[in-house]
Amino acid sequence: MAEAHPVGFQWVMEAKARGAKVIHVDPRFTRTSAVADTFVPLRVGSDIVFLGAIINYVLQNELDFREYVVAYTNAATIVSEDFRDTEDLGGLFSGFDPESRTYDPVSWQYDGQEQEGGERQDHEQQRDTASALQHETHGMSIDSDIRRDETLQDPNCVYQVLKRHYARYTPEMVEEACGVSREAFQEVCDAWVSNSGRERTTALIYSVGWTQHSVGVQYIRAGAILQLLLGNMGRPGGGIMALRGHASIQGSTDIPTLFNILPGYIPMPNALDHGSLREWIDSVRHPGAKGFWDNAGAYGINLLKAYWGDAATAENDFCFDYLPKITGDHGTYRTVLDMIDGKVKGYFLLGQNPAVGSAHGRAQRLGMANLDWLVVRDLFEIESATFWKNSPEIETGEIVPEECRTEVFLIPAASHVEKEGTFTQTQRMLQWREKAVEPPGDCRSELWFFYHLGRLIRERLADSSDDRDRPVLDLSWDYLPEGEHDEPSAEIVLKEVNGYEIATGRPLSSFLEMKDDGSTLGGCWIYTGVFKDGVNQAARRKSRHEQSWVAPEWGWAWPANRRTLYNRASADPDGKPWSERKAYVWWDEEAGEWTGHDVPDFEKNKPPSYRAPEGSSGIAAIEGNDPFIMQGDGKGALYVPQGLIDGPMPTHYEPVESPFRNPLYRQQSNPTRMEYVRSDNRINPSPPEDNSEVFPYVFTTSRLTEHHTAGGMSRYLQYLSELQPEMFIEVSPELAAERGLEHMGWCHVVTSRTAVEGKVMVTERLSPLRVEGRVVHQVWLPYHWGSGGMVTGDSANDLFGISLDPNVLIQESKVGTCDVRPGRRPSGQALLDYVAGYQSRAGVDDDHYVSIVTPAKAGEKSGAAPTDEESSP
Amino acid sequence: MIAKNSFFGPSDPAPDTGYKDPPPRKGFFTDTSICIGCKACEVACKEWNEVPDDGFNLLGMSYDNTGSLNADTWRHVAFIEQRKPLGHQQPGLRQPAVDLGMPAMGSTNGEPAASTAVATEETPDFRWLMSSDVCKHCTHAACLDVCPTGSLFRTEFGTVVVQPDICNGCGYCVPACPYGVIERRKGDAGTKNVGIAQKCTLCYDRLDAGQRPACAQACPTESIQFGDVDELRERAQARVDTLHEAGIMDARLYGNDPNDGVGGTGAFFLLLDEPEVYGLPPDPVVTTRDLPQMFNHAATAAAAMLVGAALSFLGRRR
Amino acid sequence: MTAEIPTVDPEAAPGPDMRAEQGRNALTGSRGGKPRRGGGGRGEQAMVPEAEFTSYYGRQIVKPSPWEADIPAYFFAGGLAAGSSLLAAGADMTGLPALRRTARLGAVAGLSFSMVALVHDLGRPSRFINMMRVAKLTSPMSVGTWILTGYSPFALLAGGAEVAGMLPFGKGSRVVRLLSLVGRPAGVLAAVGAPPVAAYTAVLLADTATPSWHTAYRELPFVFVSSALAASSGLGMVGTPVSQAGPARRLALGAAAVELAMERQMERSMGMTAEPLHTGKAGRLMRAASALTLGGAVGSLLAGRSRFMAVLSGAALMAGSVCTRFGIFEAGQQSARDPKYTVVPQRERLQQGQPVRYHG
Repeated sequence: MAEAHPVGFQWVMEAKARGAKVIHVDPRFTRTSAVADTFVPLRVGSDIVFLGAIINYVLQNELDFREYVVAYTNAATIVSEDFRDTEDLGGLFSGFDPESRTYDPVSWQYDGQEQEGGERQDHEQQRDTASALQHETHGMSIDSDIRRDETLQDPNCVYQVLKRHYARYTPEMVEEACGVSREAFQEVCDAWVSNSGRERTTALIYSVGWTQHSVGVQYIRAGAILQLLLGNMGRPGGGIMALRGHASIQGSTDIPTLFNILPGYIPMPNALDHGSLREWIDSVRHPGAKGFWDNAGAYGINLLKAYWGDAATAENDFCFDYLPKITGDHGTYRTVLDMIDGKVKGYFLLGQNPAVGSAHGRAQRLGMANLDWLVVRDLFEIESATFWKNSPEIETGEIVPEECRTEVFLIPAASHVEKEGTFTQTQRMLQWREKAVEPPGDCRSELWFFYHLGRLIRERLADSSDDRDRPVLDLSWDYLPEGEHDEPSAEIVLKEVNGYEIATGRPLSSFLEMKDDGSTLGGCWIYTGVFKDGVNQAARRKSRHEQSWVAPEWGWAWPANRRTLYNRASADPDGKPWSERKAYVWWDEEAGEWTGHDVPDFEKNKPPSYRAPEGSSGIAAIEGNDPFIMQGDGKGALYVPQGLIDGPMPTHYEPVESPFRNPLYRQQSNPTRMEYVRSDNRINPSPPEDNSEVFPYVFTTSRLTEHHTAGGMSRYLQYLSELQPEMFIEVSPELAAERGLEHMGWCHVVTSRTAVEGKVMVTERLSPLRVEGRVVHQVWLPYHWGSGGMVTGDSANDLFGISLDPNVLIQESKVGTCDVRPGRRPSGQALLDYVAGYQSRAGVDDDHYVSIVTPAKAGEKSGAAPTDEESSP
Repeated sequence: MIAKNSFFGPSDPAPDTGYKDPPPRKGFFTDTSICIGCKACEVACKEWNEVPDDGFNLLGMSYDNTGSLNADTWRHVAFIEQRKPLGHQQPGLRQPAVDLGMPAMGSTNGEPAASTAVATEETPDFRWLMSSDVCKHCTHAACLDVCPTGSLFRTEFGTVVVQPDICNGCGYCVPACPYGVIERRKGDAGTKNVGIAQKCTLCYDRLDAGQRPACAQACPTESIQFGDVDELRERAQARVDTLHEAGIMDARLYGNDPNDGVGGTGAFFLLLDEPEVYGLPPDPVVTTRDLPQMFNHAATAAAAMLVGAALSFLGRRR
Repeated sequence: MTAEIPTVDPEAAPGPDMRAEQGRNALTGSRGGKPRRGGGGRGEQAMVPEAEFTSYYGRQIVKPSPWEADIPAYFFAGGLAAGSSLLAAGADMTGLPALRRTARLGAVAGLSFSMVALVHDLGRPSRFINMMRVAKLTSPMSVGTWILTGYSPFALLAGGAEVAGMLPFGKGSRVVRLLSLVGRPAGVLAAVGAPPVAAYTAVLLADTATPSWHTAYRELPFVFVSSALAASSGLGMVGTPVSQAGPARRLALGAAAVELAMERQMERSMGMTAEPLHTGKAGRLMRAASALTLGGAVGSLLAGRSRFMAVLSGAALMAGSVCTRFGIFEAGQQSARDPKYTVVPQRERLQQGQPVRYHG
C-alpha cells in the first residue's frame, strides 16, 4: 500500500499512531513492510490456502461472532443434500461437466430450491458473458421460506458445509503451501480475531492485484467469508475495500466501461434470453424474490428514458430494442484475439495503454496492428499509439511500419485538473472536481470528445431513413455546450444521471421516486440523490470539524448518501447497537424509526420485529433482521449457491502456471477458468504435466511508487522518470548465485510467450521460501516500462499469457512461472527462436496444450489429496 | 561585524545577523522512522523550485536513483537495506532457514557479500531504512561565511538562501559545506542558473506567503515536519523518548544540539543508525570555527616572508 | 503534479498539526510478540565495504571544490608576483637594477596571469565585479580580493616604471618622468602588500571542509609563502646575471629549506588526512615538488655562480613551486572524494568521547 498508494497510506500510519499493529503479507518486502510491525512473505498465488486456514481456525475454535453469524448470514441455511464438496471429488464440486468445464449448479442450491435457483443457471453462457456476478450485485434469486437450523448443527447447514470444506486448511498446510511459518500464521489469526467482535472491527483493504488471478473473485470471497464470520460487515471500521489503481475506477464500474453491465449494475441484455423489455427486467428482479431489485423495472426504464427521452414510450418498450444486445464473450481479451484474427475493424483507447499495461503485450500490439483504425486519447503519445513504429515486434519483423494497415488517430486529452466532473472512490463517494486550469492546445475532456463525436455522427445521419440509424438519431443529446471550446456542462450530465421528473424537471431525491411509467428518467439509479434538491451534493466540502465523525456532508456516497452499506448490521437483531463503542445505526423505539450517525441502509420505519407475511416478495419480504437487503434472502452469503462459476466456496487451486502440485486436491488449477487455447497464447506446463521444471521460478509483478501503471502518466515526466529510470528485475542473493546474476548487470526472464530483459537488482528483500519441501525462488518485476517516454525498457506484462477468472474475465497477471538467465535477451528473429526453443523443451509447441482438467491417475481414489496431509488440527 | 559566537556555539542566527525582532526561526524536523520512501518531497521540491532533473541513471543503490543532495536535487531520499533489527519488528525474511550455502546479505550497494552466514541463521534481522535529506540551514553556515559576494544570505527566518542574481559562481561554498549539500550547477548555457551555487531555500518564497515548504506539504506521513525550530526540537526529543521506551534504542537525533560543531542545524533529523550510514558526517564542524587562528598563522607567515626577503639582502652585495 | 498536493481544503483534510501528532507517534516494531535477541553487530559489518568505516554506498560526503587548474595556477602566479615584488624592492634599495627589472616584470606577469585565472574560474565570469559588492572578514576569498586590489596598482606602477626606464625613446616625456619618480615608492608599497597576497591563499584552502586542506591550516601559510619566495627567487636567478643574483640565491636557499621543513611538519600534524599527499596524482606531484625544490636549492648553493646552473636551478625552483601548489590542491580534491577522510577522523573523535562541542 505504501508502494502503490502512499497518500492513502498516511491513514495507516495514523492508525499505527493510535496503537494499531500493521501486519504485511506479501511475496516481497516492500516500502509497506519497512514500516510494518510484522512482515509475512508468502508464495504468490497461495492466498486461498492462507485465508482458508484462518477460516478453518475460526470455525474449529468457534471464534466466530455467533450471534451475528446466525442472524445475519446464511450460516444456518440448509444446503441441498445432493451437494458434493471438493473434499469428495478431488477438487471439483458436484455437477461438473468436463466437456464444457462448467458446473450444473442445481446441486449447489439451498434445500428445496434446486429447480428454482438451478434452472436460471447456464454457467457456460454466464462465463462467456461475465454475467454470473449479477447475482452477487443483484442478489440470489431465492424464494422465501427456506429451511434454516439456527443451532448450526444440521450436517447440511452452510456452517457445517463450510467447516468440512476447510478442515484440511491447517497451519501445517499453510507452512507447506504458502511457505509461511506457523508462528507468523498464528500471529495473523490472533490479530484478526482479537480485533473483531462486539467491541472491535477489522477492515479488509486489498489492492486490485488481488483480483488478477484465475481465482481472483474467490480471493475476495474468502476475505468476505472471514469478515462475515467475524461480524465485520455493515459496521463502522469494518468492511472490504479495494484500493484502485486510478482515481475513479469505482465510478467506471458504477457507470461502467464494461461490456456486460449497464449503469447501476443492470445486466446488459443478451440476444438469446432477452427478447423483450419484460424478459430483461424479470431476469434482474427475479419475481417473487426478496430485495430491492424488485424495482428493477423502474431502474431499467428510467435508464432507457435517459438515453432516448421522448422517443422512449411505453408503446415501444421504451426503445428497449435500441439497446445493443450481447451474444457472447466481448471481453477485452476476446476482442484483442479477434483483432488478431481480423474480426475487428476499429478500436477506441481512452486513457489506457494496453501495449504496456495489459497481459500478453505482444498479442495486444499484434491485434492493434491489424485494425482499420484506432483512436487513442491520452496525455502523451503512448506506446499504444506508436506500436506500429517502435514496438518489439518491429525488431522481430512481425510488424512492418510500411505495411501496418492500422490508421492511428492520436487525440490529446485533458488531465483531471483541466476538466470538471466527479471522482467516485472506493467508499462509493462521489467528489466533485472543479477545473483548475484550461487544457493546453487541442486537449479536450472525454465529455467534450464524446458529445461532439455524437453530434457529428448524428449530423451525418440526419437524413437517413435506415432503421439501424434510429438508435443514434433518437438519442436525447443536449448537454448545452458552452464556452469558447463548446464544452458540454458536466453538471447537466450529473443532473441526468441523478434523474428527474420529466414534467416538472424536479430532480429525484431517491431511487424510490423512480417510476416505471415513463414519467421520470435517470441515468444511474444508484446515483439518484446526488443532485437532490437541485444541489450538486458531490460538491459539498463541509469541514469534518463542523459535522459528525461520519462526515455525511463531505461529497456524496451512493446509495442515498450511505457511508457504510448494509449498516443495519451495526445493530443487533433487536435493533440495539452491538456495543456503545461501535454504535452506528440503531432502532429508536419511541420515534419508531431507524436512526444513528449514518443514513440507515434499511427501510426507515420497518421495526426489527417485522416478519414477512406469507407469500410476500420484494422489499416487503425483507424482514426486520435482514440487513443484506440486496440479497435474495437478506443474509450475508458465506456460501454462494448462485453467481459463481467456479464454486460456492473459495477453494485453493494452484495458479495456472505453478512449479508445484496442488497440495490439497487432485485438480491442479481452476478447472472453469476462461482460457483461449491457441498457438499465440502458450501456457507454461505445471505439475502433474511434464517439463514444468523448464520454468522453475515463480514471478510476480507490481507497481513502484515512482511510476503509474503502464507509465503513460509518469515515464513522460522528467521528475518521475529520473526516480526509476530503467527496467530492473529483483532477485534474492541466493537466486543470483544460483543463476550467476550480477548486481546491476543484465538478466532476462523467459516464459513461453517471450523474454524480457532488465538490470539485476540483487536484494535481501526477496527471500527464497520452502514450499512442499523444496526451495522456491520468486522473481519480482515492475511493469511500468515500454518503448516510449523519457525512460524506456521491456514490458513485464509481455511475459504473461491470457487465462482469465471465469466470473469476471480478469486475467491472471500477478503470477506465472519463468526461467531467469544472465545477460541480455536475444532480439529480432533470434528472440522468436529462443522462445520457441523453450516452448519445445516445455512440450507446449505444435498442437500440444496443457490440460486444464487434471486427469485422475489410475488407482487414485478421488478426494485423496496428493500430499499425506491429514485433516484436523 | 563579528558578534559573539558568530563562528561557533549557540546562537539565534536571524537576530545575531542584525534583524530587528524577526519571526521565530523556521526549520525541518525529518523523522526518518515514519518515512515510507515515496519521494514526494523530491518531486514537490523540483516542481516548486523548477530544479532540473538529475539525469536518468539507475544507481543500484536500493531505490535511490538520485544519489545525493546536489545542485539538481535539493531533497534526497536515501534507502538503506540492512542486516539489523528494527525494534521488535518481525522482518520475516529467510524463514524457514534455507540452507543453500548461498551468499549472505549484501553490503549497502546490494552486492551479495561472499559468505554463507545466512545458511546457519534461522531468521536474520533485516530492515529497510529510508530518510529524506535536505540542506541543514546551519546556525553557523560555512557556505554563507565564505561567500565573497554576499549572494548567500541569512533570511529573517534564520534560513540560508542563495541569491542567484548575485552569485558569480566562485564555487567557494561548495568545499566549505561540511555536509556536501551546496553545489554549482552544471549544464549547457540554456540551463536555469547554470554555473551558480544551488541548494534548498526552505522555500523562502512560500514562507513569505505563509505556506509550508513544498516537501513538507507533500509528505504523506508527516515524516517531514516544518515549524519553529524551538518547538520542533522539543517535539523531536519527545519522539525519541517514545521510541526508546518502545525498545527502539537505535533512535537518535542528529543536528538538534545547539552546542555541536555547527551550532545546531535548522533542519535536523531523527535517525535509526549512525549518521554516516545515511551519508551524513558523524561530527561535522563549521570550518570557520578555526578561521581566526588561520588568519593568525597566515599573518605570522606573511611577516616571516617579509623578514626572510629582507634578510636575503643583508651582507654581501654580490 | 504541483507542489500543492492536497486537492481538498486543509480545513477539511485532517489538519497538518493533528496529522503530525498522529504520524509522529507511529511506532514501527514497537510491538510484535516475541522479544528479540538484540545485537545489530552483524549489521554493522554487513554495512561496511572495507571493514573499518561505514558510508552510504561508498559515496563522498563533503563535495570536492569545483575548481580546476586555474586555482592552483593562480596560487603559483600570485605567489610569484608577491615574492617578486619583495625581491624587486630589495634590489631597488640595494642597487641591483638587473634583479629589480626581472622581479618587477615577473610581478607584473604573475599578477596579470592571476587576474585572468581568477576570472576564468568563475561560473559566471561576467559577474567577477560582484566580488567588490562586500568586504567580508569571514570570507578569505573576499579578504583576498581586497588584498589583491590593494597590492595590484603598486605592483603595476612599479612594473610600469621599469618598462618606462627601458624605453629607447621619449626619455623627456612627462609620463615617463612621472613614472620613474613613482617607481620606487610604488615598489615599496607593493612589497609591503605582497606578503598577504602570498599568505592568504593558504587560508583560502584551509577554510573549507575539505579534509586535507582544513587540517593543514597551521603550516600551510608557511608552505605557501616559502613556496612563493622559492619561485620568485628562482625567477630572479633565471632572469638576472649571477653578478646581481646573490640575494635571489640566498633567498632561494632559505625559502626552499623552510618550505621542505614546514611541509614535513604539516604532514605530521594532518594525521590520516596527510595520506592523499602521498597517493595518486597528488602524491606524484608532491614527490616531484620535493625533488625539484631540493634540486634547485642544492644547485643554487653549489653552482649558483654558473649562469647555466643558475638558470637550471631557478627553473627547478619555479617548477617545484608549481608542483607544490598543484599537489596540495589535488590532495584536497582526493580527500573530499573519499568519505574515509571525512568519516574516520570524526568517528574517532566520537569514539574517544570527544565530539566537538561548545563549552562557553
